[in-house]
Amino acid sequence: MVEVEHVTKRYGSLTAVDDISFSVERGEILGFLGPNGAGKTTTMRILTGFLPATDGRARVAGFDVFERPMEAKRRTGYLPETPPLYPEMTVAEYLRFVARINGMPSRDRRTQIGLAMERTNISDMADRYCGKLSKGYRQRVGLAQAILHNPDVLILDEPTAGLDPRQIIETRRLITELAGDHTVILSTHILPEVSQTCQRVVIINRGRVVAVDTPDNLTARLQGSQTLYLQIDAQGADALATLEGVDGVACVTRADTQGEVSGYAIESNHGDDVRRELSRTVVTHGWGLLELRPQQMSLEDIFLQLTTDETAADEAHPVTVTPEPEADTGEEDGVDE
Amino acid sequence: MNNILALAQKELRAYFVSPMAYALFGFFALLFGWFYVASMNVMLQFSMGQFGQGGPQVVNINEFMIRPLFGNTAVILLMMLPFLTARAYAEEKRSGTIELLLTSPISDVQIILGKFVAAMTLYGMMLGLTLIHVGILFWYGDPEWGPIVSGYLGLLLMGGSFISVGLAISSMTNNQMVAGLSTFAVLLLFWIINWVGDASGSTTQTVLSYLSILEHFDDFSKGVIDTSHVTYYVSFIALGLFLTAKSLDTARWNG
Repeated sequence: MVEVEHVTKRYGSLTAVDDISFSVERGEILGFLGPNGAGKTTTMRILTGFLPATDGRARVAGFDVFERPMEAKRRTGYLPETPPLYPEMTVAEYLRFVARINGMPSRDRRTQIGLAMERTNISDMADRYCGKLSKGYRQRVGLAQAILHNPDVLILDEPTAGLDPRQIIETRRLITELAGDHTVILSTHILPEVSQTCQRVVIINRGRVVAVDTPDNLTARLQGSQTLYLQIDAQGADALATLEGVDGVACVTRADTQGEVSGYAIESNHGDDVRRELSRTVVTHGWGLLELRPQQMSLEDIFLQLTTDETAADEAHPVTVTPEPEADTGEEDGVDE
Repeated sequence: MNNILALAQKELRAYFVSPMAYALFGFFALLFGWFYVASMNVMLQFSMGQFGQGGPQVVNINEFMIRPLFGNTAVILLMMLPFLTARAYAEEKRSGTIELLLTSPISDVQIILGKFVAAMTLYGMMLGLTLIHVGILFWYGDPEWGPIVSGYLGLLLMGGSFISVGLAISSMTNNQMVAGLSTFAVLLLFWIINWVGDASGSTTQTVLSYLSILEHFDDFSKGVIDTSHVTYYVSFIALGLFLTAKSLDTARWNG
């Protein structure tokens, strides 16, 4: 449904997006994850035809966004980071305007607008002025605008930003519902959002794709070296050195201490299961074994690991230009990514 | 076409929902009325023979009243129209709604024409207010209608040029103040551009006075519709709209 091939965007000497490729299947929800300024917004703007790419090709619903922009735009619904509302219009008038410029036949407008307002739960706001709405409602009107013409592809730039927890849950549910007949690309820097709504994640950092996978696979893939959490009551003895001496243990760090009780993070060498050896050691020393469990890597850890790895790699090659993409585009919408 | 209309309607409603349209109309009517009364006084004094011509005179209402009035209107427009167009793009860029327009299946040309049509409509309404004054002249006097029609045509064309410059400049910034001020400065420059011409040789002078935006208006207020002047204004409008398109495109590439 969406194919991005080697897309690059440069602003002068700044590379905001550097050779990005990925594709999204029909009905799929793809999460676009990255720290602020990673190039998420730039990539989305290229897909929606707002910005031309410096290099590479992008296709939406089979239409090249550079060569057939009108066809592509007709099939795309886009919610920018700042919902593009006209303060002097009421919600209903605004949606009528959006319907018109999307070329929706006038006989369909009323039903489509009603449907979009119902789905985003803003029906009772129809006669309010957009300029008077709260942040949460503005966001939802923006979403209504994006789904209004029933597009094949929905591109949502941080759809849950600024919403309260209840609205976030509603919005996520709506996005999941929409995924049935729409293809959704959403960007976020909130990690749990990705694991809850997305089938696939593209992690992007400094304009480059760092990883593409399902949230589950990403978690599994990064568990190469296993970390265990061990909590013992060493009765005042120095357990650290003893634990480090255990066969197969690579590294031990004290995680927390509460009086006699201390917790340790223990990294083992790849492939070694040191749990039996550890428990035996603890018991033979006469200490109290309170807790021993493998530490799950959360998406947060993966994200940090991937993005910091990337930084390390960058430092090894000083030639690489440091992209600060949003510093450039930010001045236009006044908000940084 | 439908897209242009949709956009023009949206623009017009923005003018009328904000105090913008009312402030423009109100102050334009006030200033125009003031000039109207002033030139009427001059005409009356002249016809009463107060300038020492010896006794009452028959004065040409077109020559003494309408022509100076059109000239004064041009001055009002120079100062007011920059504010009419200042928000056109600057506000869309500032608030981010430009992103909606540029990602909708509507072409840049349609966006530009929509905005131009809206501004021209508002300007037309503004000029429409002055028909009341002209009507009064017809009621009490007997002016020739020819120069009045050509004068209005001239005003429309000149105002259109002001508007196209305003749109072009508004598309280059996201600050309304900057847009308004720059438009005013550029228009003023085009007005006085031939003032430096006199001392610097005849060719330069010819070119500069050809460029002067007000120079071309004179004939219209005299009742002459010269195609060269029409061509000048139409090309001016086209150039302004073309620059707007280019500037939108450039903004796109530079993000």
